[in-house]
Amino acid sequence: MRRPAITLRGVHKRYGEITAVAGLDLDVPAGTCLGLLGPNGAGKSTTMRMLTAQTIADSGEIEVLGHRLPRESKQARTRCGVVPQIDNLDFELTVRQNLAVFARLYRVPKAERAAAVDRALETANLTTRADSVADELSGGMRRRLLVARGLVHGPELLLLDEPTVGLDPQVRSELWTLVDELRSEGVTILMSTHYIEEAERLADEVAIMNEGQIVARGRPQDLVAQHVGREVMEIYGPAAELLEAERHATGEGFATRRTGPVLAILGAERSNGALPDGYRRPASLEDVFVVLTGQEVE
Amino acid sequence: MATVETERRDPAPGRTPRVRRLEPAAIGAVLWRELTVFRRYWRSTTFSSVIEPTIFLLAFGFGFGALVSRVAGYDYIEFVGTGVVATAVLFSSVFPGLFTTFIKRRFQRTYDSLLAAPIDVEELVTAEVLWLALRAGVYGMAPLLVAMAFGLDPAWGMLVLPFIGFLTGFGFAAFGVTIAAVAKSIDNFNYVTSSVITPLFLVARTFFPIDALPGWASTVAQVEPLYHCVELVRDAVFGFQPGADLLHVGVLLVFALLMWRLAIWRLGLRLID
Repeated sequence: MRRPAITLRGVHKRYGEITAVAGLDLDVPAGTCLGLLGPNGAGKSTTMRMLTAQTIADSGEIEVLGHRLPRESKQARTRCGVVPQIDNLDFELTVRQNLAVFARLYRVPKAERAAAVDRALETANLTTRADSVADELSGGMRRRLLVARGLVHGPELLLLDEPTVGLDPQVRSELWTLVDELRSEGVTILMSTHYIEEAERLADEVAIMNEGQIVARGRPQDLVAQHVGREVMEIYGPAAELLEAERHATGEGFATRRTGPVLAILGAERSNGALPDGYRRPASLEDVFVVLTGQEVE
Repeated sequence: MATVETERRDPAPGRTPRVRRLEPAAIGAVLWRELTVFRRYWRSTTFSSVIEPTIFLLAFGFGFGALVSRVAGYDYIEFVGTGVVATAVLFSSVFPGLFTTFIKRRFQRTYDSLLAAPIDVEELVTAEVLWLALRAGVYGMAPLLVAMAFGLDPAWGMLVLPFIGFLTGFGFAAFGVTIAAVAKSIDNFNYVTSSVITPLFLVARTFFPIDALPGWASTVAQVEPLYHCVELVRDAVFGFQPGADLLHVGVLLVFALLMWRLAIWRLGLRLID
């Protein structure tokens, strides 16, 4: 087996009274895409920042591409691409200049720099806007440029922190296509997200993070089978009725969850007429997320 | 979306990037960024760096110069014309050090984006300060040209002024970066500009001699770097005094080194948590 691209062992990070990461263990196998799924404040961004040594762990061990962090972080970073959650493009520079700065930072040899920038432009579909100042780009183009910037040196590992947060659905699906292409080329990807669909669509494996720890890890369909079963029964109705149905279902040994006016009974495939009538649907990763984190999905 | 070629991900033998302290590649990349941004602003920067000393020279030269013709053994125009070089160096290093650093750190998040790439805080600060020092070295010459138009005689010694400007600018740019790293908001700069920078440049013998000031003011002048810059500039233009000038260079060097390390430390505390 190949050595994991990323290994975290017992990693802790506190900010005063707040514990952001509380004993995190995580491996990202080389050549796979792992979705780090969790609600806001679960510690995803802190984890991502630790992988570039912009946040230093209080304790625990971190290894990226065989380099021990934070000591050898610079070596690791030459082989990583980072797409941040916050748009931190140089808005005064053109698209091409934005890429050129990073081609230099990433030590792309002089003779190959122009070609590397052109290739990144092409990847992000920004060739026609190469000489536009970044400030003039639309939100979707800016995000694509952020991705291109992280790819300009052909990294082995790509760190995507909430890559599509705040984007409209069309731009989001464009980015998904791009990430999917990179994955099929064998680039290892660690992607933090709080969008279930994003994780489901792109990730080979999902790690669900809550309160600074990984609470579940596996292929999306396995996680669903393991934590919520095959089917979910959804019951709509007045609050009093739902309360009664919930009591009944838990009495029968079923797990339930409430989302506003909806009661969901998990593992409904096991019922033999013992459950009240409702709408049956296949269980999803969203159910897993809600069950494990106790948080509603946006 | 265009397809990405696969071959670029193949490991390239013999191309392992060098990784050590203060790598020229990392510093060069940041300098290149600054130069590229600067190409958009050089006109306004050049305008203000020529107009400002012109106004100073007009105001002090004609306003004050009408009352006094000679100061500390110099024609007043010579005194002010050289003093204004030091102020130009100070302003063109400390203010960008304060403001652009703060904006890049706090609002544009430029430093966060750079530090995700293989560059560390030491290289980043060195590059930023180096850039501002180079600028100060070049723009410190603007007032000299203006002063020559006002009647200052050219001298060979003037050729070392860019180096003096660079050395002084390095220290003050790093001082600006340090304050920008410590400050919580841009408003905090007011404390520093009014309590440190303004007095510094007034007691540095820029526009008037300090003999008439109370004794403690000249003590302050002795230890503050700008005074040594002013003295060096005057000696370069009117004749070197090797012993004293070596001391001036020494003070500026110590100041630059101290501020450089301080800036790296403070900005590191801000950027790496």
